[in-house]
Amino acid sequence: MSLYLPSDSLACAVGADEVALALAGQDLQRTSSRGLYWLEPLLEVDTPQGRIGFGPLTAADVPSVLDALQGEPSAHPLALGLVEELPYLKTQQRLLFARAGITRPLSLDDYRAHGGFEGLTRAVSIGGEQTATEVFDSGLRGRGGAAFPAGIKWRTVRATQAAQKYIVCNADEGDSGTFADRMLMEGDPFLLIEGMAIAGITVGASYGYIYVRSEYPQAVATLREALEIARSNGYLGANVGGSGLAFDMEVRVGAGAYICGEETALLDSLEGKRGVVRAKPPIPALKGLFGLPTLVHNVLTLASVPLILAKGAQFYRDYGMGRSLGTMPFQLAGNIRHGGLVERAFGLTLRELVDEYGGGTASGRPLKAAQVGGPLGAWVPPNQFDTPLDYEAFAGIGAMLGHGGVVVADDSLDMAHMARFALQFCAEESCGKCTPCRIGSTRGVEVIDRLLAAPDQNGRDAQAIILKDLCDTMQYGSLCALGGMAPFPVVSALKHFPADFGLQSSEADQ
Amino acid sequence: MPDEMLQLPMLHSLLERHKRSPGALLPILHEIQEGIGYIPDVAIPEIAHALNQSQAEIRGVISFYHDFRTAPPARHILRLCRAESCKSRGAEQLAAQLRERLQLDDHGSSADGSISLRPVYCLGACACSPALELDGKVHARLSAERLDALLDACQEDV
Repeated sequence: MSLYLPSDSLACAVGADEVALALAGQDLQRTSSRGLYWLEPLLEVDTPQGRIGFGPLTAADVPSVLDALQGEPSAHPLALGLVEELPYLKTQQRLLFARAGITRPLSLDDYRAHGGFEGLTRAVSIGGEQTATEVFDSGLRGRGGAAFPAGIKWRTVRATQAAQKYIVCNADEGDSGTFADRMLMEGDPFLLIEGMAIAGITVGASYGYIYVRSEYPQAVATLREALEIARSNGYLGANVGGSGLAFDMEVRVGAGAYICGEETALLDSLEGKRGVVRAKPPIPALKGLFGLPTLVHNVLTLASVPLILAKGAQFYRDYGMGRSLGTMPFQLAGNIRHGGLVERAFGLTLRELVDEYGGGTASGRPLKAAQVGGPLGAWVPPNQFDTPLDYEAFAGIGAMLGHGGVVVADDSLDMAHMARFALQFCAEESCGKCTPCRIGSTRGVEVIDRLLAAPDQNGRDAQAIILKDLCDTMQYGSLCALGGMAPFPVVSALKHFPADFGLQSSEADQ
Repeated sequence: MPDEMLQLPMLHSLLERHKRSPGALLPILHEIQEGIGYIPDVAIPEIAHALNQSQAEIRGVISFYHDFRTAPPARHILRLCRAESCKSRGAEQLAAQLRERLQLDDHGSSADGSISLRPVYCLGACACSPALELDGKVHARLSAERLDALLDACQEDV
């Protein structure tokens, strides 16, 4: 009887290794995580009907689970039945995370048995021009947050002549509330490697870097091991997948600077410099790493490519809505009962995500707001929860989807505190190159402090006007998204939760 | 510090290995910190020489990144996540508990030399907030009791 338990770092952070220890002597395999984190540690067991699950487990539960497996498994209080029949999972559309929770991260056999390297094989057979066309036709947009059409970048880099070009994977997933990149790198590293190899041979880049944040040591270790395995099996090196083309890559580790998630700061950091944002143009596709043409993509963008190649652009386009095509791994976090990864086609509403998947707040208190898209994303109040999760629809309400993270807050969270934090974080993480971000963030913290300390309504209103002005300057005057979007959580908090600032209404100061 | 001089042979061999790789500075700094626990002053002219850069450039890079230390840390390094997801699950109360118990600001080392404290903004454990990282291992679904138990273990281990 085979048992499966995730080796994912978050599963381990809630006790998976202790459960594994208690299972010593059993036929236990360590897989990736399903991303149903509220059930972790989640133990799965093979049965003729499929894998059944038990969770969330502690080491102390292990003897009773083993007893139950000898008799009637469903009688155990932590029994979940067939894992793939759980509504949370069954209703998802898992393309990118199709292998999550099923395969062992470093098993090439598992990867190949579940469709691995079919995309690379097809890319090799159809050639670079057509591969770039497939990516273009799929409608894939950058998953890091900016949502730029991937195919345009591919064509630009491919068309640029240079002795050396690079593929850079942005794995500096610093947004609070996001963990899809981490899950993918720890759980399915060959998928990212395959995506990068396809990108390399398509655009004519022979070398790649994966820039992983230092807060993800397990992702770093897993990727490094996976690179060795891929290299020794001919998927990297002088003749990638039999294409006759060379591509290899390495993992580089960040050093705790949030700004290095911005692509040009990331390139400077890779070059061994301070992570300072570059002015664009020139765009990295023309002058990127070491001044050479560079294709920079987020983990999820590159990892989408193998599937697009294997199944064709049309298959991918059939998911999603409007100009947001394909699926998006949304991440439910914060004060939420069922925190985890939900991969669905674009277009479901925030309410479906938070209520139906998330099950409401973990505390059981009334839901106050959700911050969508990381620390630079707007706080969305429940009366806007029927907005479909689509890049354009979110932009339409002054918010953004970003990297797909959703942080839920209950009524105990003070939005004035969170607005102040957004600017304080911006001050701490600003690279210092442009004035609106460097100075504006610090002044913004001071203005909020004065607003909160003001003795009367007039004083508060006066500071609120200054704060909105300052946010406007930062939004339109900053060089990159850090200074340009740090005002989003501030302005949305002011607009939707004026009472938290001691303001009578959001209109009072206009 | 004379004992820092003892690190020179290790520094030289490490620099020899890295210096020809493009953009080698961050990997070099990470490896030094992993080996020694921090970036000693004595390393700076050596790195500058190996990479043909100025010492100011090297110091500028070290001071830019939150991860790099220029002084030895305490025996244990605790980083409490203070980002939005963890804040929505009570991270600020845990931070207050840490300040009270260790008599520390959010940054710094406890008087007994047992724990170095630092904030971190996201450990990717957001589905099970709040979280912290202790000596490289992430602990999630934290409670006040679990935090106390982790601190007890750090302070008992001398």
